[in-house]
Amino acid sequence: MSRVSVPCHVKGTVALQVGDVRTSQGRPGVLVIDVTFPSVAPFEHTSTHTPAKWVTCLRDYCLMPDPHSEEGAQEYVSLFKHQMLCDMGKVLELRLILRQPSPLWLSFTVEELQIYQQGPKDLGIWFQVSPTLPASGQYAFALQSPSMTFPKWLSHPVPCEQPAPLLEGLPDPSRVSSEVQQMWALTEMIRASHTSTRIGRFDVDGCYDLNLLSYT
Amino acid sequence: MLQEESDLALIIAQIVQKLKGSNLYAQLERQAWASLQRPEIKLESLKEDIKEFFKISGWEKKLQNAVYSELNVFPLPSHPAAPPEHLKEPLVYMRKAQGSWEKRILKSLNSMCTELSIPLARKRPVGEQKELLNKWNEMGTDEPDLSLFRPVYAPKDFLEVLINLRNPNYENGDSHSFRTHLGLIQVPLKVKDIPELKEFFVELGLTAGQLGIDDSTQVPPELFENEHVRIGQKVLSEQDSAAAQQYIRQGSPTALRAELWALILNISSQPEVLLCFSRDTSVLGHFAYNSASPPKSYIRGKLGLEEYAVFYPPNGVIPFHGFSMYVAPLCFLYHEPSKLYQIFREMYVRFFFRLHSISSHPSGIVSLCLLFETLLQTYLPQLFYHLREIGAQPLRISFKWMVRAFSGYLATDQLLLLWDRILGYNSLEILAVLAAAVFAFRAVNLMEVTSLAAAEAVLADLSTLKVMPLLQIFLFATVT
Repeated sequence: MSRVSVPCHVKGTVALQVGDVRTSQGRPGVLVIDVTFPSVAPFEHTSTHTPAKWVTCLRDYCLMPDPHSEEGAQEYVSLFKHQMLCDMGKVLELRLILRQPSPLWLSFTVEELQIYQQGPKDLGIWFQVSPTLPASGQYAFALQSPSMTFPKWLSHPVPCEQPAPLLEGLPDPSRVSSEVQQMWALTEMIRASHTSTRIGRFDVDGCYDLNLLSYT
Repeated sequence: MLQEESDLALIIAQIVQKLKGSNLYAQLERQAWASLQRPEIKLESLKEDIKEFFKISGWEKKLQNAVYSELNVFPLPSHPAAPPEHLKEPLVYMRKAQGSWEKRILKSLNSMCTELSIPLARKRPVGEQKELLNKWNEMGTDEPDLSLFRPVYAPKDFLEVLINLRNPNYENGDSHSFRTHLGLIQVPLKVKDIPELKEFFVELGLTAGQLGIDDSTQVPPELFENEHVRIGQKVLSEQDSAAAQQYIRQGSPTALRAELWALILNISSQPEVLLCFSRDTSVLGHFAYNSASPPKSYIRGKLGLEEYAVFYPPNGVIPFHGFSMYVAPLCFLYHEPSKLYQIFREMYVRFFFRLHSISSHPSGIVSLCLLFETLLQTYLPQLFYHLREIGAQPLRISFKWMVRAFSGYLATDQLLLLWDRILGYNSLEILAVLAAAVFAFRAVNLMEVTSLAAAEAVLADLSTLKVMPLLQIFLFATVT
């Protein structure tokens, strides 16, 4: 499962608000984040070009089940190609529209946005939501001329936050065990990144003379 | 692969990896090898025959119980980008609060050691070792002089920390909004309301039989008790962990309780070396999903040198005043020290640790406090308001009950019926519901008091309370 990170440039968040931000009492409830891709070759005019246009690829995707409480507020989220409403073959720019209707939070955004590609026909975006998730997000992609080749996107397996449909039955065991190889690589990766808190040691060479506890 | 299938495969991979290091794995391997001698195992259908043998001999059931145990205890696989501290506690401000609290405890312990000139740990001098060996069997009766020691912290110190918890990104201003919470806890965690609790605790409803209600002397045993005992015996003979957990939601018969708890907690029947809890390093494993972290120290004062770093105490848990109350009720159930210890350890790393660490988990003490206050404020608003007005915030009284899981406050048989349900529902939320139910029960008296001391007096003695009727009335028989 080779996964290639696609370099992307995340522009600053823009709050959509009616009126003057400085004098207005309320907090903005909608945020827009634009993501561009530096590796994309500049758009060229050709006789057969079709102009780039915005296409909605994900609509009303809920990130926090209850906008007023902490549930899911700092979760890591992944999005996949099969969740997208349109073909992700040729993408110029990505726009995330975030909505947070609750007035109780001082700010909201998504952080650690990363985009991956793996071969043709797969899509994946992941990000951490922080400090408090938008209650729902609407994501739009800009589609672009067919004369450009484009990064495709990676599917990355991760627990979803939206309610999953009930499984009809268990997957075929031999198929699962062959997929387990790939999953193993994943868990090994998780384990490798852990600092070892499992030392389980209270003495050094039989000596346990301790005077004080340490804290940083 | 579809999303759900890949999620499942990931969980399976994680559980397999965990079980591979266990005793059960070694036993299964040995059993598989030994089974090759058996006539019914044929080479051409080896895999199927061994699987069939495992099923008949009960080993498959043991494996199922182990898997079920893992699913209950360990959180689901996390996102690959999530750091390990995210698994312990996803909210940054909670992690920070837990860190500060830990620092305070460590500082307090250090200054006590310095004042009293006592090292944290040292090897016993030879004379003391000999003396100890001589009186090994009477250890429980010989107490060292503890008069100079004070408790590291008491529950009320911890409550003050919880009261001051704030999310820096939350509207914490003075202006009252629709979400102003009139209780002591000011963090917006999600807690269940009564309709959700009714669904969650559906087996406690009015139409289901309960031990603690339907086994009282006035009720003929043919109506519920006899059948319930029979089912319990069957569950035990099948050795089915999941079935036992479901069964115990309606309470456990006294005679079956010790075995049922051992089955649910998946305690091995192998005799284990009885370790003093604070020296048991296997307890360190639970810090993967506990927001707390084990304290560190350095041998021989070599501060900062990692090769001299150790955990202290060896199990990483610093007990607080009243900690032994978690063990005391278990002594009524288990006489064999090895079993008693294993049960206590399992109860601690599954449930009790959540009662004294700061986290956003639904069974964590912060959520329990908020659940209690929300239930009271929503369903007994007059009582809540009255107590607030006289300076008797209800949580100040109920906190000590919840932090000790009611141990020492209820009669032992009632406490065990309550802890049956903690095991059955794999959640501590019932503690908050019971606390609210107790207030509801004594509401009339509480409405007449005019001070915190008087309120405490009304709620001082819980030893006559019957927990199951209280819970049932509060959840299912109160007009809301």
